[in-house]
Amino acid sequence: MYNLLVGGAAGQGVETTVAILERFLKQAGCGIFTMRDLMSRIRGGHNFARIRFGENAPKSHSLLLDGIIALNAETIGIHQDDLKPEGFILCDSSVQTDDPRAIMMDMANIAKTLGNVRAAGSVAAGAALKYFGIPVDAEHAAAVFEASLKAELVDVNVRAALAGHQAMAQKVDPAVGTFSDHMIVSGNEALTLGAMAAGIQFYSAYPMSPSTSILEFLSGKAVELGIVAEQAEDEIAAINMAIGASFAGARAMTGTSGGGFSLMVEALGLSGIAEIPLVVVDVQRPGPATGLPTRTEQADLKFVISAAQGEFPRMVIALRHHEDAYLQTIRAFDIAEKYQTPVILLSDQYLADATTTIPLQDPGLAKSSEKDDILTKGGYARYRYADTGISPRIIPGDNRGFAAADSDEHDEHGRIIEDATTRMRMMDKRMNKLEMLKSEIIEPDLLGEQNPEVLLIGWGSMYGPLDEAVRLMNLKGDKKYAALVFGDIWPLPHRLLEEMALGAEAVINVEQNYTGQLGSLVREVTGIKTSASVLKYDGRQLSGEEIAERVAKEGF
Amino acid sequence: MDNRTYETLETAWCPGCGNFGILSALKGALGSLDLDPHNVLLVGGIGQAAKTPQYFHANSFCGLHGRAVSPAVAAKIVNPKLTVIINSGDGDTYGEGGNHFIHNIRRNVNIAHFVHNNQLYALTKGQASPTTMQGMKTDVQVDGSSSIPFNPLSVALAAGAGFVARGFSGRPDHLAELMKSAIRYNGYALVDILQNCVTFNKLNTLTWYNSRVYELDQSHDTGDLNKAMALAMELDDRIPLGVLYEKQLPTYHENNKSLQDGQVLAGRRNDPALIAKFMREKV
Repeated sequence: MYNLLVGGAAGQGVETTVAILERFLKQAGCGIFTMRDLMSRIRGGHNFARIRFGENAPKSHSLLLDGIIALNAETIGIHQDDLKPEGFILCDSSVQTDDPRAIMMDMANIAKTLGNVRAAGSVAAGAALKYFGIPVDAEHAAAVFEASLKAELVDVNVRAALAGHQAMAQKVDPAVGTFSDHMIVSGNEALTLGAMAAGIQFYSAYPMSPSTSILEFLSGKAVELGIVAEQAEDEIAAINMAIGASFAGARAMTGTSGGGFSLMVEALGLSGIAEIPLVVVDVQRPGPATGLPTRTEQADLKFVISAAQGEFPRMVIALRHHEDAYLQTIRAFDIAEKYQTPVILLSDQYLADATTTIPLQDPGLAKSSEKDDILTKGGYARYRYADTGISPRIIPGDNRGFAAADSDEHDEHGRIIEDATTRMRMMDKRMNKLEMLKSEIIEPDLLGEQNPEVLLIGWGSMYGPLDEAVRLMNLKGDKKYAALVFGDIWPLPHRLLEEMALGAEAVINVEQNYTGQLGSLVREVTGIKTSASVLKYDGRQLSGEEIAERVAKEGF
Repeated sequence: MDNRTYETLETAWCPGCGNFGILSALKGALGSLDLDPHNVLLVGGIGQAAKTPQYFHANSFCGLHGRAVSPAVAAKIVNPKLTVIINSGDGDTYGEGGNHFIHNIRRNVNIAHFVHNNQLYALTKGQASPTTMQGMKTDVQVDGSSSIPFNPLSVALAAGAGFVARGFSGRPDHLAELMKSAIRYNGYALVDILQNCVTFNKLNTLTWYNSRVYELDQSHDTGDLNKAMALAMELDDRIPLGVLYEKQLPTYHENNKSLQDGQVLAGRRNDPALIAKFMREKV
C-alpha cells in the first residue's frame, strides 16, 4: 500500500492530475481511496488530495506519505514533515527547495515543448506512476485522458504522461490487486447512483457545498433517465417541491448541507404530519452558520434526529462508506414510501468528496411499491386509522378517492380538526410507525475482535478510520479491540451495543464533533456511559493512526 | 357538470366574508370547465383563504404558510394531467412566500394561482400584510402602516408573467370567467382577487371597493405590456378588473427535455439498464 499526495493552488490542476492518476492506478489493478482537502475558493490557496492505493482496497486515508507531487513550493513546506525518510517529492525544476528527497523535473518545459504548458500535471503523473512501477502506454493513456479531457487536449496529455514516465526511474515494487473492473466513485456519486436505482423521478436542491455534486450528477443524466433535477430558489422551496412531487406520486429527494437543512426544518414536519414519503440528504460540513464550507464534521446528528417542532416518526441513516451510500439510499426510498414519512441520509464532506474503488452494483434492488387494498366499506380515507399506523396512500388522479394532505391536525379524510379525541388517535397512529420502524433497523457493523476488552463506537464516515484503527491496535497484541459503527442511527439500534458493552472494560466514542453526540445519544437510549471520548472538530477527518494514538493516550 | 360536484361542508369563515364570493366563483368555474375532480388538485398554504381546498370534493394539499406554490408546481411537473390551482392569501403569497412567488413566475409551470387579497392578515386577527394601505392602523401598526404597499400585479409583470389578472370577490360571475381563463391559460396564471374582510378591514370595505372597481372591456389590448403596467399601477380612485396582460410563453414543461412529450413521472421507475450503463462509465 502506498500513499501519494498531490498539492497545489486552486486552479493549478490538482483535481485533474488526481483523476488521471486514479484511472491509471485502477487500470493497473490497484484499489484506491482518495481524500480531498479543498479550500472554499476558485483560485489560489492550497488544495491537496491524498491518493492511497495498493493490492487491497483502502477504506480511509493515512497521514504518512510515500510521495508528494508538488505543483508549487508551498505544498512542500506544508507536507514534507509527513513524508517518510525514503519518500520522494516530485516538483518542477523552477521550485526552490533544499529537501534532499526532492526529484526536480523540467515538467513545465517538457509540457511547453509538447505544445501545452497546462499538461505539466500529466508529466508529473507519468513520472510518479513510473516510480511506483505502474505501466503507462500510449493506447491506455489515450483511454484515460479521453475520459476526463476535451478531445483536442488528449494527444498532448498522452505525450506528456509518456514523457514523464520515461524521465523517471522505477524505485519501488508495484502494489497492484484485482480492481481494474471496479468503478471509481465519490460518496456523493454512489449516493446518487443509489437514488437513480431507487427510482428517483424528482430532485430539487439549492447549491451548497459539499452536497452540490449530487445535483450536478443528476442534472447531467436527467434527460437520459427522463427525470427532473430542479435547482430551487432556496432550500425551503427545494424541500416543499420534493414534498409536492412525492404527494403527486413521484419518488422524490432533496439534498443540502446543515445550513440548508436548517431552512428545511418546518417542511420536514409537514412530511411527518401529512405522511408524505421524503428522502432528505444532509451532507454535513462544520458549522454553525457558514462554518468551514468545504471541510468535514459530524455535528448534525442530534439536530436531525429532533429537527422540527412537535413529534413525528422519522428514520436517520448515517452513510458509512461508498457501497453503503449506494445501498442505503435505495433502502431510504423504500422505507420512506412504506412508512410514508421522512428518511434522512447523513453524509459528510469526507465521504462525499472521497473517491474509491467499489464493485459494480446491482441496479435492480429497489422494492416495488406495495399495492394494498385502499378501499373499505366507508369508502376511501387517506388517513384511515390502522394498527400499523400506515394508512392507505392514494395519489391524485386515482378515481377511487381523493388524495389529501394537511399540515393542520386532521381527521381520517384529511380535513382540519381541533378535537382532543381525533388529535390523540392521529398522534397514536403516526407514532406507531416509529415503533414499526424499530423492526426495520439494522444493528451496527462490528469491526475487529468478537469479544473486545475495549469497544470503540462511531458512526457514518468514521467507518474507514475505525476499521484501520482497530486493525492497528490489535496488531500491538496487548488488548483486544473492536469498533461498532452505526449506519442506522435513529431509531438507535442498541441490542448489539448492550451485549458488547457488558463484556468490555471500556466503551469509547470516536466522533468528528465537539460534544460527542453519539456518546450522548447512547447514554440517553441505553444508559451506557462511555469511559472516554476521541473527538475532533478541526474540519479534518481522523485517520486510523490518529485514533489509535488518541485511544492509547486515554490509557486504553 | 353542475356546481354541486365540488360542493362540501360548512366553512370556518365569518358571515359576509369575501371568501364566499371567491368560493362560489371557483365552484362555478370548475363546474363549467367540466373537469373530473379526481384530476383537480387544489393547493393552499396557511390562512383564511388557504382553507379553500378544504371546502371542495377534489384532491387537496394544505401545506405550510407561504409555501403553497412550491408543492403545487412540483405536483404539476411530475403529473401534467392534473389541473393544479392554488388559493392562498396576500400574506401567504406576497409576504411569507414572496421568494416563491417571484421565482415561480420565472419557472412558468402551468398552474393557476388565485390570491385572496383582503389587504391584511385575517387568521392572526388583523395585522398589516404586504398589501395593506399606508396609514391603516392595526393592533401592531398602532400609528398606521408605514411601509409602501406591495403591488403584486406590477411585480408579476416585471418578473415576466404571461397571465396577469385582477378580480373582485363582490363580482363572482366576472371572477368565475377570469378563473376559467386562468385555468385554461398554458402557463403560470396569476389572478389577484380583491376581497373585503368584514371583521378586521374597516378601510377597504365592500362599499370602498364597489365605488372604485370597473371592468376592462374589449377595447383593452391584453398584449400591450406597457398598458398592462399602467393598469396595474391604477389603485387609487379607480381599480381595473379583468385580464391586464396575456401572452403565450414557453412553459416549464416545454423547456424541460424530460417532459416535452407529456410524460407522467408519478409512479414511474428508472430503467436498470441505464443505471448499469452509468456505472460502467465509472469503470
